[in-house]
Amino acid sequence: MAGAYAGFVNSAVGTRLARQLGLPRPVRLRRYAADAPLVEGPVLVAGLADAPVAAHVRRLLAGEDIDVVDAVADGTRIGAVVLDLTAVAEPGDLDLVRVVLAPAVKALRASGRVIIIGADPSSATTVAQSAARRALEGIARSVGKELRAGATANLVLVADGAEANADAAVRFLLSGRSAYVDGQVVRVGAGAPSEPADWARPLDGKVAVVTGAARGIGAAIAEVLARDGAHVVCVDIPAAGESLARTANRIGGTAVQVDVTAADAGQRILDAAARHGGLDIVVHNAGITRDKLLANMDESRWTSVLDVNLGSILRMNEILLGENGIRDGGHVVLVSSIAGIAGNRGQTNYAASKAGVIGLVDALSVTEGLVRRRITVNAVAPGFIETEMTARVPFATREVGRLLNSLSQGGLPVDVAETIAWFSQDANAGVTGNVVRVCGQSLLGA
Amino acid sequence: MAAPAKPRRAAVIGGNRIPFARANSTYAKASNQDMLTASLEGLVARFGLAGEPVGEVAAGAVLKHSRDFNLTREAVLGSSLAPTTPAYDVQQACGTGLEATILVANKIALGQVESGIAGGTDTASDAPIAVNEGLRDALLALNRAKTPGQRLKAVARLRPGQVVPEIPRNVEPRTGLSMGEHMAQTAAQWGITREAQDELAVNSHRNLAAAYDRGFFDDLLTPYLGLTRDQNLRADSSVDKLAKLKPVFGRGNDATMTAANSTPLTDGASVVLLGSDAWAAERGLPVLAHLVDAQTAAVDYVTGNEGLLMAPAYALPRLLERHGMKLQDFDLVEIHEAFAATVLCTLAAWESESFCRDRLGLDAPIGALDRSKLNVNGSSLAAGHPFAATGGRIVASLAKSLQEKGSGARGLISICAAGGQGVMAILEAA
Repeated sequence: MAGAYAGFVNSAVGTRLARQLGLPRPVRLRRYAADAPLVEGPVLVAGLADAPVAAHVRRLLAGEDIDVVDAVADGTRIGAVVLDLTAVAEPGDLDLVRVVLAPAVKALRASGRVIIIGADPSSATTVAQSAARRALEGIARSVGKELRAGATANLVLVADGAEANADAAVRFLLSGRSAYVDGQVVRVGAGAPSEPADWARPLDGKVAVVTGAARGIGAAIAEVLARDGAHVVCVDIPAAGESLARTANRIGGTAVQVDVTAADAGQRILDAAARHGGLDIVVHNAGITRDKLLANMDESRWTSVLDVNLGSILRMNEILLGENGIRDGGHVVLVSSIAGIAGNRGQTNYAASKAGVIGLVDALSVTEGLVRRRITVNAVAPGFIETEMTARVPFATREVGRLLNSLSQGGLPVDVAETIAWFSQDANAGVTGNVVRVCGQSLLGA
Repeated sequence: MAAPAKPRRAAVIGGNRIPFARANSTYAKASNQDMLTASLEGLVARFGLAGEPVGEVAAGAVLKHSRDFNLTREAVLGSSLAPTTPAYDVQQACGTGLEATILVANKIALGQVESGIAGGTDTASDAPIAVNEGLRDALLALNRAKTPGQRLKAVARLRPGQVVPEIPRNVEPRTGLSMGEHMAQTAAQWGITREAQDELAVNSHRNLAAAYDRGFFDDLLTPYLGLTRDQNLRADSSVDKLAKLKPVFGRGNDATMTAANSTPLTDGASVVLLGSDAWAAERGLPVLAHLVDAQTAAVDYVTGNEGLLMAPAYALPRLLERHGMKLQDFDLVEIHEAFAATVLCTLAAWESESFCRDRLGLDAPIGALDRSKLNVNGSSLAAGHPFAATGGRIVASLAKSLQEKGSGARGLISICAAGGQGVMAILEAA
């Protein structure tokens, strides 16, 4: 958490003033640490009817030695609430949300979690069921906006028959890994998730490639993937080689200096991964901005951004996702942007490329060959993240960017990296075709 | 005890260097240790060696501070290599980097180590400055003094004139002549023209620029302190432009050597990763080439019997004889461009019937070299020449070029060194 505003409202005078004026007060978010519990405090688990996912969640929490409660006792605080509403059939069923969540939200600790589990509206069998299922999204997003002190609310939509696949998603949303993920919808579908031997090293033995790894979000992705056990092949342009080497050596990875737009980039990356036994995880993170209002946009700004941020991914994927490329059961994660969802003044080229990335996820996640090989394809869309790039944004714009979200602060590169690492887990094999915003429920692109 | 293993060829797996900077420029405040460490870090990252030991690291510097007595080991400790990696310093003037490569390769060949890193670093900017000899004598006497009387006597020996330090000069101690002056004499003896030298210099720049443009250095070089390319490189260099420069070495009509066709003073460092084939295979590392053989030679330049930088001319026939090869059998030849005239004199000597007969004791001249095989990716004139770093630059670049040519392609390296010495090696593409 950084920023002049945050510093002020957390000072002695600022705190008092903020209380009187009802100003948002950003808190230090709970973030993942290998030795910290999955979630602090007991977890309230409730559900409608047979609540099939809740049963899995209770088992998951028992395995982590976390107390599960059915109701909030007077004067107690809880770390999270998981509400299984997969069984909603008509709008009348939704009242359970009010009954359960109203007291639970009041008892929620700082950086607490609200997770609502639902079923996919598109597979509803009646109009009423579709309406009720879709209503959960509005509930989750609104609850997210009401929560205080770093608490988040997210919705998990589980496909029929995939109830057992939601574990990794619930685990992620409960943990500090999802600190800056708020107001999101995660869809869990078919797939064959496999639990890691050690949840502290869920990527043990995997080989990952991260483009744009020299600094910023890319370096954080490389670090988190390595922390989770993967050998990381770090890729960046030759001119960034010095910081790329620093990233690679810090995490015991390998550096490959190549421009992602080079014709042989895919092959050179694959060769480097092959040295370590093969390729399991591909993170397309490399990207550039060349901002200008459309009226003043020249050809080179347009084409360079589109080529680096989108064209290069398509070209490299021919090799990386080809027959001798990524192994079966692998994971592809792309970095989109909130600008690709909401658009951004002066960023038509960038927004085009980042929206294009989402189109790429939509298509690849249902591509027959990849589905047969059990390869998942997902994207993250970062909001305001504190990086060298955003540090150059003018002061006022930067402060506004930090505050226009439910957590009243900018995210950190590690927050983006955690979501990517979660997409990369074999335990999460049921999650494909998702675009998860890491934006603290930003008002943009909501 | 097991019998010593049969010698095997050491593999050149890859290399790394930092871009070479003009003296007193971008790297002016970087020490030899900084630059050698940076080179090692790039290599470690490229080959995923962080936290791992290698058999040994051998490297050196020509211009070296007294505090850098254990330079290479200190650089290893400052790098991401395992601190259990042994290291030692080597010094053979401009031959240092290649000599270090030969030393490590020989240990690998004999099975004494499975892997190693060879290299070198030099800074003409951060050069050591020694105190005046009289001052040094007095200070040492003061240090030895045990009584106040002895101390007073030692202090009394100090004179104001002694504060003038000794800055190292680029001269041969036994002749007092700079390397450029020596070369100018040899160039005049061989009748090397200004035009030929300028043409060679221009080719060096063009070849180096083209190599950068095709991404040849993407996996041979790691940027350092904001520099991403060799600072001396002039892609737009032309014979016409070079013709305008005034000579800096030699006298009168014989003066042909200019700042452009002479190697510039440079800062930089380079390293090469070597290993047995088995060590490389275990790690899935590619083998670019093998070091086939090496030869050093020295000449009597003190009496003027031979030119200071002509020793490689003498090393070659010994190497060729051992392998039943001709100069023309090589697919690529790297002759270090100490000066353009050095390369041209060496080639002229090999073509000369009388030189080959009288000096080398050969029945027939070694003959001409197809110039299209010479320094194809540019050399010292364009890249610069941080003395001890030149060998590592050439070994890694040549190994990669040979691999591009195809398995079995052979390359020759020739590096002349101060003190009338020469170091040569043969590489063969894996």
